[in-house]
Amino acid sequence: MRVKVLIASPLRPYTGADEVEADGDNLGALLNDLDARYPGIRFRMIDEQDRVRRHMRIFINGEPVKDLAKSIRAGDEIAIVQALSGG
Amino acid sequence: MAKARVNAKKSGKSPRPRKTERNLILVATRKGAWIYRGDASRQKWRADGPHFLGQIINHLVLDPRDGKTLLAAASTGHLGPTLFRSTDMGKSWKESPQPPAFKKKEGGRSVKHTFWLTPAHVNEPNVWYAGTSPQGLFRSEDGGVTWNEFSGLNDDPQYREWMGTEQDGTPDGPKLHSIIIDPRDPKHLYFAMSGGGVHETTDGGKNWKPLIEGMEVVGGFDPKTVTFHDPHCVRLCPSNPDRLYQQNHCGIYRLDRPAKVWQRIGKAMPAKIGDVGFPMVVHPRDDKSAWVLPMDGQTVWPRTAINGQPAIYGTVTAGKSWKRLDAGLPKGQAWWTVKRQAFAADRGTPVGLYFGTTSGELWASRNEGKSWSNIARHLPEIYAVESADIG
Repeated sequence: MRVKVLIASPLRPYTGADEVEADGDNLGALLNDLDARYPGIRFRMIDEQDRVRRHMRIFINGEPVKDLAKSIRAGDEIAIVQALSGG
Repeated sequence: MAKARVNAKKSGKSPRPRKTERNLILVATRKGAWIYRGDASRQKWRADGPHFLGQIINHLVLDPRDGKTLLAAASTGHLGPTLFRSTDMGKSWKESPQPPAFKKKEGGRSVKHTFWLTPAHVNEPNVWYAGTSPQGLFRSEDGGVTWNEFSGLNDDPQYREWMGTEQDGTPDGPKLHSIIIDPRDPKHLYFAMSGGGVHETTDGGKNWKPLIEGMEVVGGFDPKTVTFHDPHCVRLCPSNPDRLYQQNHCGIYRLDRPAKVWQRIGKAMPAKIGDVGFPMVVHPRDDKSAWVLPMDGQTVWPRTAINGQPAIYGTVTAGKSWKRLDAGLPKGQAWWTVKRQAFAADRGTPVGLYFGTTSGELWASRNEGKSWSNIARHLPEIYAVESADIG
């Protein structure tokens, strides 16, 4: 299942673009595919225990998701963003 | 985690090394890294940086065994940790395909950042050690490209108890630091944890033992409890590997092996200054000489220069006496301090000393602390300073 993925600006050195495509039937598979295309990107947002890192957020069609088993369907839009902060 | 990763970019063009440049100061900051290239006189310094602008660099270390490999421990406020490697003195960088990370398991920990990097013994040319936050010990056997947990320590129930949880640690996270290799024996290692004490192995990490006797803890707590110990910085004397110095949360210490009891040499410091601080450096050729930078450790721990008047204190008597060394440093209203990794000595004659401040200033002494001059201002908060001789 190929879908569009919006990339947070701190991760763009990996992708070179603010929007890319990746394959996967669920979020975990999609992130693995993203990492295969852009080596290293996954570990900067998902820790070694498969948890979304504290200040990173992943949305599927605008809904926040932390479960890597969450299914992805055709036409879904994935957004990887970092938590907004000030100062 | 997979193969080749991002090649980190540096802001601006990397200056070509000049033949006259003999010394490097490696500066890791909250917002990137800089390499200061100095001539043989150590009077002229040229800035090369920023590298990794915007990334938190906790440690930047040159491999003294090959004189060209640099490792940089990186993270950002949001992104997870990683590690960059250069084999051309910082002209280009490649990301580690397997940075330090704990094994995946139920309730497992995650590395927040790599805090400390130590090249291993000269007879183990591609081996490095790393200490992380939360406390973990890692080893690379391929020059820092890939990393694995070292020695079972990270999952040892006793050590996990001594490490405590992140809740027990400091606001920036509990740390494993001061990884030291005995130059006579690659299987003899020390490390320290804030908090969690000083530890030693003599069999290459198969077994570890605490080395905390004589160290004091905060009033009201039991010094026999390992977890209460907070060594800030431990150094081994290159000229006498049986001698260790330590700046602790609770004083300055010396240990002469095979003894196992630390001696609180900070009691010889002036009472109005005390012996609280973070960094400590030792002389490369004289085991009686060492330097500290005391800080204000009262009440809520301001962690500033005492009375806003920064000073190095040096000993040439192995801690029997201390001398204030502040010529050239600000005389007042200087409320910075120096973190545990941000004070370094070179191997020159006389020894050059370098420290970086929490306010982004880089200071140097070419005469073992007798006088100081400023090399750089307006850098981000400095996390670590290392000196390297490339002559």
